[in-house]
Amino acid sequence: MSANLIGLLVEATLQTLYMVSVSALLGTVFGLPLGVFLATSQRGELLSAPLVNKALGLVVNAARSVPFIILVVAIIPFTRALVGTSIGTDAAIVPLTIAATPFIARLVENAIREVDAGLIEAARAMGATPLQIIRKVLLREALPGIALGLTLAVVSLIGYSAMVGAVGGEGLGDLGIRYGYQRFMPDVMLAVVVILIVLVQIVQSAGEWIAARVDRRAPRNRGH
Amino acid sequence: MTGATISFEGVGKSYAGGGKGQVTALSDVTLSVAPGEICGIIGRSGAGKSTLLRMVNGLERPSTGTVTVGGRDVGRARGAALRAIRRDVGMIFQHFNLLSSRTVHGNIALPLEIAGVPSAEIGPRVRDLIARVGLEAQADRYPAELSGGQKQRVGIARALATQPKVLLSDEATSALDPETTRTVLELLRDINRDLGLTILLITHEMAVVRDIATHMAVIDQGRIVEAGATYDIFVTPQHPTTRSFLSGVTGITLPGFIAGRLTEARPHGPAEEIVRITFAGAHATDPMLARMTAERGIAINILAGAIEEIGPRPFGNLLVAIDAARGPEARDYLNRHGLSTEVLGYVG
Repeated sequence: MSANLIGLLVEATLQTLYMVSVSALLGTVFGLPLGVFLATSQRGELLSAPLVNKALGLVVNAARSVPFIILVVAIIPFTRALVGTSIGTDAAIVPLTIAATPFIARLVENAIREVDAGLIEAARAMGATPLQIIRKVLLREALPGIALGLTLAVVSLIGYSAMVGAVGGEGLGDLGIRYGYQRFMPDVMLAVVVILIVLVQIVQSAGEWIAARVDRRAPRNRGH
Repeated sequence: MTGATISFEGVGKSYAGGGKGQVTALSDVTLSVAPGEICGIIGRSGAGKSTLLRMVNGLERPSTGTVTVGGRDVGRARGAALRAIRRDVGMIFQHFNLLSSRTVHGNIALPLEIAGVPSAEIGPRVRDLIARVGLEAQADRYPAELSGGQKQRVGIARALATQPKVLLSDEATSALDPETTRTVLELLRDINRDLGLTILLITHEMAVVRDIATHMAVIDQGRIVEAGATYDIFVTPQHPTTRSFLSGVTGITLPGFIAGRLTEARPHGPAEEIVRITFAGAHATDPMLARMTAERGIAINILAGAIEEIGPRPFGNLLVAIDAARGPEARDYLNRHGLSTEVLGYVG
């Protein structure tokens, strides 16, 4: 493989990392509060707002129902209005973020619903405000689940980021299609696949390590 | 710091039941717990005791009537006023409800953080609380690394962190073994003595009430059927529900071969009267039956019996069989000497 090709692979990898990390970050910024709200706003819950809960739940389900490749094309006008173009890594971040947000919201919601209701009751009995309960009890106790959920989301985003390559998104997917497929260069295709596998492995292992570190629900052998 | 009065006046609670109209959890409960008292509420599961307890810190609101703590109306308090009341009312739970993500120290610090205590003050106060419940060696451990009794000690320290005037105990020893239960109840008694706070506890175990409560109430199907000083209720229970709880704890029941033949009416011919004799206070240690046999020549056959203590005061329960022809005379003799008697039935 020529130095030129290796340069392309490095560049494409960095583009993928950029798209995935920015959209994961934005997806968390929007998805985390949304997930917290979904988990705490049914009737009788901390932030009880059943109508808003239902409405947001519908929007989240609708967003998650649209196949990603359709979403990318369908929101091109919106993407163009937002970043001025519909091709390139910055443009790809828009659909990636829109796909990641409801996904992360549902994962956060599930993790928070796993928290024992007795802890919420104990915090209420202490005189905690709903916001204090969310901050000091729910988010902290749900952290292992949230960490695993975000790991899953990032792995999915790596896959999605390869798909935006098909519509001019750049990155590893784009490189694999243009060189590996259209120019019949199987070694490039192989390199792209290997890099993707390695990326996913690193993300998965890191996520599991973090989740285990913050999880204190089972006794742990003490090293001293 | 002293305790606060807890008062229920005509309290009722009903829920909208799933399509079947209203479900009544509590009706017309009136009960007062004086400052510094330990009051035990006993009832079977579903009797409404948990609902009653949770009204004291506003986790449940009464449908009718009023609940006050230290004169403040809990049922009508909202927002900041309700949160202020809650900081004066600590609560401990059957399943401890500790944060798995925080150490012993961190769990006890939580109510102080919530109350907005400056972080420089939190450390020393938490260390004092840890010392009070004897967990110095476990301060940096997580709940998953503690035994049940240690977890409940953390729960107690956490409940005391904001220096409350009232402590609520929701079946706090029901998940613990008897030995651990004993040490946890001792700790609660020490706290009550040292800090003078009012303790309201609910349980389904009469032994817990006997060991710790100065006053008690029996709740059955959402109503208080009996309330008063624990000693008086143990010695002279009035309601069948109370009696059935008592027969569990005093460990005296009729032997099966007699219980099976027991009749309410006195049969014709020779028969024996089965009587429960209760000895209270000073009489508990008097050899009253031996004296009666010596003076009157009435033979008494003892079937079962036990002497117990509530606080420092002993009381005894005996189940005996007396020749039915001499029964009234014997009961009269015992009653005149300060013992109470209850005819349970006859055996022909």
